[in-house]
Amino acid sequence: MTIKQLSIFVENKAGTVAQITQSIADAGVSIRALSVADTQEFGILRLIVNDVEKAKEALSKNDCVVSITKVIGVEIPDVAGGLSEVLQLMSQNNINVEYLYAFITISGKHAYVVLRVEDNEKAAKILTENGVKLVTQENIDNL
Amino acid sequence: MENYYQKEIETASREQIRAWQSERLVKTVKHVYENNKYYRELMEKKGVTPDDIKSVDDLHKLPFLTKDDLREAYPYGLMSKPLSECVRIQSTSGTTGKRVVAFYTQNDINLWEDCCARAIVAAGGTKEDVCQVCYGYGLFTGGPGLNGGSHKVGCLTLPMSSGNTERQIQFMTDLEATIICCTPSYAQYLAESIEERGIKDKVKLKAGIFGAEAWTEEMRKDIEKRLGIKAYDIYGLTEICGPGVAFECSDQTGMHVNEDHFIAEIIDPKTGEVLPEGEKGELVFTCITKEAFPMIRYRTKDICVLSREKCSCGRTHVKMAKPMGRSDDMLIVKGVNVFPSQIEEVLLAKGLTSNYQIIVDREKTSDTIEVRVEMTPELFSDKINELSKIEKEVNDALKSMIGIYANVRIVEPKSIVRSEGKAVRVIDRRNLYNN
Repeated sequence: MTIKQLSIFVENKAGTVAQITQSIADAGVSIRALSVADTQEFGILRLIVNDVEKAKEALSKNDCVVSITKVIGVEIPDVAGGLSEVLQLMSQNNINVEYLYAFITISGKHAYVVLRVEDNEKAAKILTENGVKLVTQENIDNL
Repeated sequence: MENYYQKEIETASREQIRAWQSERLVKTVKHVYENNKYYRELMEKKGVTPDDIKSVDDLHKLPFLTKDDLREAYPYGLMSKPLSECVRIQSTSGTTGKRVVAFYTQNDINLWEDCCARAIVAAGGTKEDVCQVCYGYGLFTGGPGLNGGSHKVGCLTLPMSSGNTERQIQFMTDLEATIICCTPSYAQYLAESIEERGIKDKVKLKAGIFGAEAWTEEMRKDIEKRLGIKAYDIYGLTEICGPGVAFECSDQTGMHVNEDHFIAEIIDPKTGEVLPEGEKGELVFTCITKEAFPMIRYRTKDICVLSREKCSCGRTHVKMAKPMGRSDDMLIVKGVNVFPSQIEEVLLAKGLTSNYQIIVDREKTSDTIEVRVEMTPELFSDKINELSKIEKEVNDALKSMIGIYANVRIVEPKSIVRSEGKAVRVIDRRNLYNN
């Protein structure tokens, strides 16, 4: 059970992210969450949107290098220690988290956390077995 | 003051120089024809035999040699003496692909060192001088050539080789070096380092012999002022012998070609036709005294002008201007020869596109080379460390290909400017040629 994330190559220069967000806006797609990883010269923009395919098509047309990455989304209670518990599970099972980022839903009761791991199936299994609720693509699309 | 190493040769009459050239050319062509299969075949293909070559006037009948021939004949194909008589090789800086090796007999080395000695004496060198050679030693011709020349002049020679600026400055000041031989950009770097240390008064240099890369009159003025010296240009290439093919005199208006050893021609790089004297074209050299590796009509790809105007120094040998550019795409970065095709080869081998751009610049006194290459969907990953790993791999592969560090920068697709649909492969921001 995974959700789809857009990963976009961005150069570290003025205006790149603005151009990307404009293309997505023009396609009528909403951004739900975003995170940027960067080095001195380039970065990777990671987005959770409500229509992945449409956004990808729009970006590709504008000569962006964009890919769809399957990531795990977990729903955690918006209370102290919520995230820690999930990460403890990953750690105990020797699963390396490449990166993660979180966003809070409109209801405000839960936070959604996006996890990038090597083996999605294994991570999903462990999380479910331990009572952690996974976020589905449908959940995202309906946000 | 008369600054000649071999006065009779350096100030010989034009008739005398011509006579030497004719006699030596005839002899060299015969030698190469008889001892070198590769060039003999080129001559046969052109329908020329040694009998057709009676004087310098017949030079144009002979086929050209290019770097491509040297690569094709690598390693021994252009050696014209038995191995038993060869004692040395030198090589160009490219580490793979475009390697060129040149061979020397003991006599070849002797004559080469004479050429370098002429350059040192023309720069005011005598046996009282302390000559610091900070060109690289080893396969590169710079160190060995000037080292040998310095010995011949009788200077106390400091065989420093390149790098280790701290030690260079220590020896320069402690031993009171009076002549320095290095690349002009390194001379600027040394000047800067000396200024930083506030020890300019301890520097006793009077002259510098600078070559292996293009430099401008502005750089000359800068070096002269900052080091308190006279800066002399020297020209050479491994294929012909190394530094000392031509050198500058006190007049500083061009470099005298050692015409008793090398015949210079200027040709139209497109047609190969010899151009009248004074016209700009590609410089071609013919070695007429070398034994092991005498290049005949070797195309340097340097764009240049020759002048026979009378020189105030008294030398009669033809003068070549500073090269004004290249007829091929070779770059000289940090004194190292770099071809864009070498970089392309690495990029393709690493799965990158051939859509790249090379940007050469000079930060303060040091050349920098950046290779921009466009990101592709195949290469892209959502993980930073994987992209960084690709960058590092390409960096390492480039280093081992061209021998110097080139910064790889992955850029967005279609961000490399294309003019008329064709990408501009090289941007050289150094403006090294006074055109």
